[in-house]
Amino acid sequence: MRTHKVWTFGADIDTDALAPGAYMKLGIDGIAPHCLEAIRPEFAATVRPGDVIAAGPNFGIGSSREQAAAALVQLGVTAVVAPSFSGLFFRNAFNLGLLLLTTPEAEQLQEAELVTLDLQAMTVTTAAGVCLECEPIPGFLLDMVAAGGLMNQLRKKLGKRP
Amino acid sequence: MTRTPQPASTLAQKLIARAAGQAYVAPGDIVNCKVDLAMFHDSSGPRRLKPMLEELGASIWDKSRVVLVMDHYVPEQDDDSRRIVRIARDWARDQHLPHVYDSIGICHVVVPQKGHIRPGMFCVGGDSHSPTGGAFGAYMFGIGSTEMLGVMVTGELWVRVPQTLRMQWHHKLMPGVTAKDMMLHMIGRFGMNGGQYQAVEFCGTAVQALSMQERMTLSNMSAEMGAQVGLIAPDAITLEWLAAAGVPGLDAAGWHSDAGGDAITHAFDASLLEPQVAAPHSPANTRGVQEYSDIPVNVAYIGACTGAKLDDLRAAARLLRGNRVSKGVRLMVAPASLQDQSAAESEGIMQVLLQAGAEVLPTACGACAGYGGAMPDGATVIATTARNFKGRMGSATTQIYLASPYTVAASALRGCISDPRELLA
Repeated sequence: MRTHKVWTFGADIDTDALAPGAYMKLGIDGIAPHCLEAIRPEFAATVRPGDVIAAGPNFGIGSSREQAAAALVQLGVTAVVAPSFSGLFFRNAFNLGLLLLTTPEAEQLQEAELVTLDLQAMTVTTAAGVCLECEPIPGFLLDMVAAGGLMNQLRKKLGKRP
Repeated sequence: MTRTPQPASTLAQKLIARAAGQAYVAPGDIVNCKVDLAMFHDSSGPRRLKPMLEELGASIWDKSRVVLVMDHYVPEQDDDSRRIVRIARDWARDQHLPHVYDSIGICHVVVPQKGHIRPGMFCVGGDSHSPTGGAFGAYMFGIGSTEMLGVMVTGELWVRVPQTLRMQWHHKLMPGVTAKDMMLHMIGRFGMNGGQYQAVEFCGTAVQALSMQERMTLSNMSAEMGAQVGLIAPDAITLEWLAAAGVPGLDAAGWHSDAGGDAITHAFDASLLEPQVAAPHSPANTRGVQEYSDIPVNVAYIGACTGAKLDDLRAAARLLRGNRVSKGVRLMVAPASLQDQSAAESEGIMQVLLQAGAEVLPTACGACAGYGGAMPDGATVIATTARNFKGRMGSATTQIYLASPYTVAASALRGCISDPRELLA
């Protein structure tokens, strides 16, 4: 099973930190390099496709700007694991194909450790064997992530090639 | 019309059941709803939706249900904002959108003022402060642009029927205490995700006594409590306001929570509430104004959908009348809509603000989101806005305190965070 490197963040990571207002006039390729720079300036430049974020409660609070989730997708982040998410961010993330896993134990994950994700069992497992159980996700949302987001689903529905 | 007896429902359940075409929905159900109104602005709307619709070869499901407001990047300050606003204007023209409001104010204030939001509706907005529509007894919430694209194509949206948290405010607010103080207090108590994306319903005598615009402030900041919606059951005040907005003859009957509906109730005594201030960098970092008194401020900002409606301007003017702001304080006022600004002019309120030393800025989102007129580095700002996240107003070194228009005006006069009740006496 594929392993993912963990980046840890604290509680209340807001949309203005994920997609700063000053860059909102740019496209996502202009916003993503500034993703989370107010908290971890090195993040956007060094995160690698397939990495995951482990954060504290209330990840994604704030604005409806979906660039907050899109910036993470653009940087190749596979999933965010946290005890709770902003409901609005939650909808945006799945619409853009970003997986969010909800578990009260998210903060047990350590910086730079490797984890595997099992979406059948809804678990996150560390190399040391610690297994975190995540809340169930409705099937239609998992399908949306598997399809790479709502846009891809609409393309298919309307007979357009993805 | 007679209804088959159904289990007792909250207002949120009734609104969703209607939009889903079902007699009854239970909390936790996931249902598809037909959208009565979709609102978006220059930032979340055309520049994102146009290319996606074109790529799909799809068209808008029902243009009569779409409202576009240019409020984020106006007035245009640079080439990027000119480009974004031009996309919106060109697209509105090419699509023959029937409801477009360009540079006349902030969407959450303009859309109800134009009579688009009515009790019983199911609405979405491309902005997080869309719960403002809940003040009219409509189920309205914010969504991102990709989800808005889905609405544009299908006219439908999924929703998980929420639990209801009833915020019951007994008795009556004291002079100098406002809906903004109620909200800051609730956000401080429950936290920025305390609403858990459920439905918050504001009720009780203190809520019923609020003006329509004050009710809008409550619903608006439901976003900062992490609720999906912030509902208020419509009543005579709602209907009178809507009649004045050009929508007479509405019926609000039935749009309230049934006794025995499934809700968790939190009770508050409005008469005990003092003015509230949220310190950097979270709206949940709230305490009574006395706890922050004497912190010097450089900028007093009266702006945003949250805090620059006519009633907010009136409140600030009550304190500023005949006075000038303290030396070294910049008082900036960005009225929430042109309609509110002209009403304030005819009441003499704009003159009061100008004589007190205010700079009057365009009726747009402006500095609130750091989109225009960003605050200087290192400044301490007290603002009537909704959010004080680090960097929100443009600079990571800006310290933003949130408060009511009364408290912001009092602080501007004294040059430090001040209790407005001392100046109202």
